[in-house]
Amino acid sequence: MTQIMTRPAPALPRLSVPGRSDKSQRRWVTAGIPKTVRHRMAAVVLPMVPIAAFIVLWQVLTAHNVVAWLRFNRMPTPMSVLEALLARISTGGYYDDLLASLQRILLGFGLAAVIGIGLGILVGRSAIVRMTLRPFIELARPTPAIALVPLTILLFPTSEQGIVFITFFAAFFPVVVSTIHAMDSLPKVWEEAAKTMGAGPVSLMFHVVLPGALPGIFAGLSVAMGVAWICVVSAEMISGQFGIGYYTWQCYGLLDYAGVVVGMISIGALGLITAWLVERVGRRVNRWLPRATR
Amino acid sequence: MSTGAATLHELRLGFNGVVAANVTLTVRPGEVVVLLGPSGCGKSTILRALAGLLTPLSGTASVDGAPVTGNAAQCAMVFQEDALFPWRTALKNVQYPLKLRGVRGKELKAAATARLEQVGLGAYLDHLPSQLSGGMRQRVQLARTLACEPRVMLMDEPFGALDAQTRLEMQQLLTSVWETQKMTILFVTHDVDEALLLADRVVLLSHRPATVADVITIDKPRSPESQFEETYQRRRRAILEFLGHRPAETA
Repeated sequence: MTQIMTRPAPALPRLSVPGRSDKSQRRWVTAGIPKTVRHRMAAVVLPMVPIAAFIVLWQVLTAHNVVAWLRFNRMPTPMSVLEALLARISTGGYYDDLLASLQRILLGFGLAAVIGIGLGILVGRSAIVRMTLRPFIELARPTPAIALVPLTILLFPTSEQGIVFITFFAAFFPVVVSTIHAMDSLPKVWEEAAKTMGAGPVSLMFHVVLPGALPGIFAGLSVAMGVAWICVVSAEMISGQFGIGYYTWQCYGLLDYAGVVVGMISIGALGLITAWLVERVGRRVNRWLPRATR
Repeated sequence: MSTGAATLHELRLGFNGVVAANVTLTVRPGEVVVLLGPSGCGKSTILRALAGLLTPLSGTASVDGAPVTGNAAQCAMVFQEDALFPWRTALKNVQYPLKLRGVRGKELKAAATARLEQVGLGAYLDHLPSQLSGGMRQRVQLARTLACEPRVMLMDEPFGALDAQTRLEMQQLLTSVWETQKMTILFVTHDVDEALLLADRVVLLSHRPATVADVITIDKPRSPESQFEETYQRRRRAILEFLGHRPAETA
């Protein structure tokens, strides 16, 4: 969570070194197939190779109960996971767990986004606020959110609020720090130009500072979404009553190892969807960025 | 567009107590005054004071007798670097100052479009700054600044980063815009030819702190033929010599 991403580095042009011997060797396989079709086939087939290899290896290791330092004898087979997943998604409880986790994420992440961006702007814009708050932020930042679990159990009346707080705490720092960085790296000339055109503080904030800082802010938001998931799942495992993290840990306790993998897959899927959403909104808002730096 | 007069009265500017400029100067309404001086002499500092971006150490900068304060829009500025908002299209950039002045709806779009057509960019309304060339971006900036209808238009080396051909086009464009609107312009450059081509008066500034070393009144301002005359060449050489360039004896 201390890793701050500003604008990602522009993609390097791909080097292609056509080798003559390479070409002649391949010709007998691909003879007669147009180049574009070959390229498209490669784009579909190549990604499947490691995925298929992983599943085959998983099947072989678990079906034969291989024990060779790593012990696969209690690992569920791919088929048993698939069966557990199909059984699970046809029950209502599954969706209750997903919704419980999603609700916590959205609350914690939402609070972190609003408060983080707000405080980040204040620190970035006001020397007094910076002097007052920056040291406190830097002191609190290194504390891993998950280390707060014992105290939040004591502090909050319900574990629900505790989990949301831990998620908020984890997501807050990437947002606030990236917002401060975005404020600091804002070119002065935009603001000066707006001032000479007669802009007041409100117009400066909403039409110049905020749009200019959004690319940097969104870099922080996507990091925040990632750590928010880590923290919500961990907190649920420790103190939850519902939620996908709680479900996963409960399956482990009940020796339902296929259920554990179903939980893992569900968490991964939710993480993917929420990260994609943040990415999607970010792209839409920051459409104006040159393609290479978007 | 109402044109204003700018007065700098014993204006002292600086940072951390170090004086960067000390200037007294009066610019008449509708006049084009070019501040010319060596690089880093504090020319831009003077413009920033008039724009209200810099508080003077002492003295006053005033427009039509009223002292300059920030956010007044009476002195809009064209910057050398990209001051356009990169997230707004050319049209939206020009609409920004109009919107600040309360123009809304159809009128807003029509006014902004007219400004962009004035600088020859009628076909590029929906282009983002990143999709425009350097010269086109400066045209948009010019249009945006004109849309402010400033009393005094400040231009801080606006064509400095452009190639020679584009710079010439921009100088001609500025001249033709001035012919129709006769706005007051305070223009900063370190390019002697640009100064002599655009100005009614050229104000020569000394090196730091910038003070007025000489004021040269151009007899036939903005006439394209004048640069082939003997007086132009002599004047050009004298200014270059003042700026520290010693032209070769044979030149």
